[in-house]
Amino acid sequence: MYRSHILICGGTGCTASGSGAVIAALEEELKKNSLEEEIKIIKTGCFGLCAVGPIMIVYPEGCFYSAVKPEDMEEIVNEHLIKGRPVKRLLYKETVAEDSIKSLNHTDFYRKQKRVALRNCGVINPEVIDEYIAYDGYAALGKCLDEYTPEQVIDIILASGLRGRGGAGFPTGLKWKFAAANKADQKYVCCNADEGDPGAFMDRSILEGDPHAVLEAMAIAGYAIGASQGYIYIRAEYPIAVERLEIAIKQAREYGLLGKNIFGKGFDFDIEIRLGAGAFVCGEETALMTSIEGKRGEPRPRPPFPALKGLFQKPTILNNVETYANIAQIINNGPEWFASMGTEKSKGTKVFALGGKINNTGLVEVPIGTPLRTVIEEIGGGIPNGKKFKAAQTGGPSGGCIPAEYLDVPIDYESLIELGAMMGSGGLIVMDEDNCMVDIAKFFLEFTVDESCGKCTPCRIGTKRLYEMLEKITSGNGTLEDLDEMEKLCYYIKNNSLCGLGQTAPNPVLSTLRHFRDEYIAHVVDKKCPSGVCKDLLSFFIIEDKCKGCTACARKCPVGAISGAVKQPHVIDTAKCIKCGACIETCKFGAIIKK
Amino acid sequence: MKSLEELKALKAKMQEKMGIRNDDSATTRVVIGMATCGIAAGAKPVLKAFSDEIAKRGLTNVAVSQTGCIGICQYEPVVEVYVGNEEKVTYVKMTPEKVAKVVSDHIVNGNVVTEYTIGESKL
Repeated sequence: MYRSHILICGGTGCTASGSGAVIAALEEELKKNSLEEEIKIIKTGCFGLCAVGPIMIVYPEGCFYSAVKPEDMEEIVNEHLIKGRPVKRLLYKETVAEDSIKSLNHTDFYRKQKRVALRNCGVINPEVIDEYIAYDGYAALGKCLDEYTPEQVIDIILASGLRGRGGAGFPTGLKWKFAAANKADQKYVCCNADEGDPGAFMDRSILEGDPHAVLEAMAIAGYAIGASQGYIYIRAEYPIAVERLEIAIKQAREYGLLGKNIFGKGFDFDIEIRLGAGAFVCGEETALMTSIEGKRGEPRPRPPFPALKGLFQKPTILNNVETYANIAQIINNGPEWFASMGTEKSKGTKVFALGGKINNTGLVEVPIGTPLRTVIEEIGGGIPNGKKFKAAQTGGPSGGCIPAEYLDVPIDYESLIELGAMMGSGGLIVMDEDNCMVDIAKFFLEFTVDESCGKCTPCRIGTKRLYEMLEKITSGNGTLEDLDEMEKLCYYIKNNSLCGLGQTAPNPVLSTLRHFRDEYIAHVVDKKCPSGVCKDLLSFFIIEDKCKGCTACARKCPVGAISGAVKQPHVIDTAKCIKCGACIETCKFGAIIKK
Repeated sequence: MKSLEELKALKAKMQEKMGIRNDDSATTRVVIGMATCGIAAGAKPVLKAFSDEIAKRGLTNVAVSQTGCIGICQYEPVVEVYVGNEEKVTYVKMTPEKVAKVVSDHIVNGNVVTEYTIGESKL
């Protein structure tokens, strides 16, 4: 028996901030004090608070240590584990109260969250199937095979109101029902783990923290539609997730939870992994299936829909990782439980990857319909450095911006569409007053131009032309007519592209045009970038009164654009200046400004 | 795994081992003085004995933790047992041999082992 369990995050975020070295140092310290038999180290998935990683929790006290380093381990072992005195200076600051230590669940970051899809992330060791089983793992699969017919399983999913978490929000039960109704000798269950939106990492974290939840749900889906084979399509850039999936599949096979005659009920199901090379278009369902078939990942027209002719021309269902992560719990707790969370049309919870200008960068899961303000100000801890919130970008390159005046909007599928944004897969990028919205639109367009597969003309050429128009505006050569032309082109691309990539690619432009037209006009008419981002529209100046004539900037300037005598105010030759910003960083007196 | 029963048995076994990770599950706490004085007097084997005894009986609602010196070094190893909201009971001069009785009489059956408590102790 271990008297203490130490959970350390082994997700990608904390691994990057050095949790591997922390684990090694802790193991070393435990060995030195002969505590290996008493204290167990568990490498878990993501806790969500990636901003302060590596994260470590010590049970039974439940002490939450943040940003730990290998050299802190000696103190934690000697003080906390041997003498029972938590090391206060390393505890997450919000958990330290005057005379006691608050539980993690009472911090602002976790209090407002409702973790369903992430329930096991940061709780179990994802590489040990027994730990998943301890938390009701594979009980839902057993229940389905034992108590329900496939039709009943579909009815439960329908009744729960679960909608696809990949972005489009199609009812999951309906998808299953269509595939179940089509007769075929072979059907397939696929999992879309090709998470490609810049700034989105919820699927990766679920696979890293709770891979069995996805395997179990796919087996349930297989039983419901009559499929015996599943494929997980995951990008090769997710090495930790791929490794944990491989371990999970191996363990499930060893236990007979995948394979022939599961639980002795005569149901066969197995899963294989297919690695993607990271093309964004392969997150589109038809392109994904084409890629699994071993061909070039390009979309094809629908209909026929995958429920009729999908992978290898057989009836197929394709669901997103997060969608699957909800399935087993819907079976275990009943559809009413799931439907009790969320709004009238959007049930359950949604995971968001918080990024950009926000204090608590990380993963959060909230009931659908939670106001954006709660997510950003309370859970996310607000904007750093006292800056002002400008907009939140949801849905990545297919989505749009939600400006400050709509901060109280409930986050659900319909409300976001109304604002010209979308739920998307769950990337939520926060922008402050230093972000130029035209530049943001240009950034996403650059991404889609790169990622367009080239099969259809509106997307291949249209996005490129759109990008060029944005470049024209940010370089100060745009006209007001360009704005109208741009809008026209956006709708043309949306209406004529073959797949979701092209149909949604203009969204960042349309949404910024709608909510931040004044910024576009400033670029076009005044030839100014109000946020000071677009280089071509900026000039650097030295404020005479503030300049001490220290010559630091002149020495730093790579092109010799700054001149002036010692102890005399300097001047910048704007013709020579390349606007690199080196002088601003160098000046100790704040005498250099850009505008 | 050939049947649902096997799955349930494995689940029950694992839940016992992992109960420690549930913040709210512990209704009883065994706190052992592990400052220099406690360790010198032999608190470590006592702690180990508590852990083993609690595991052997599968008590998922009991947490074992440590604390520093509470100032009565001559009575170490000192063990305090908190059951629910009742007043704590302080056992002194504990040895691994005494542990089984404290667990079975006090923690499981609710009868304080008076002879080991600080009130009965003579120096």
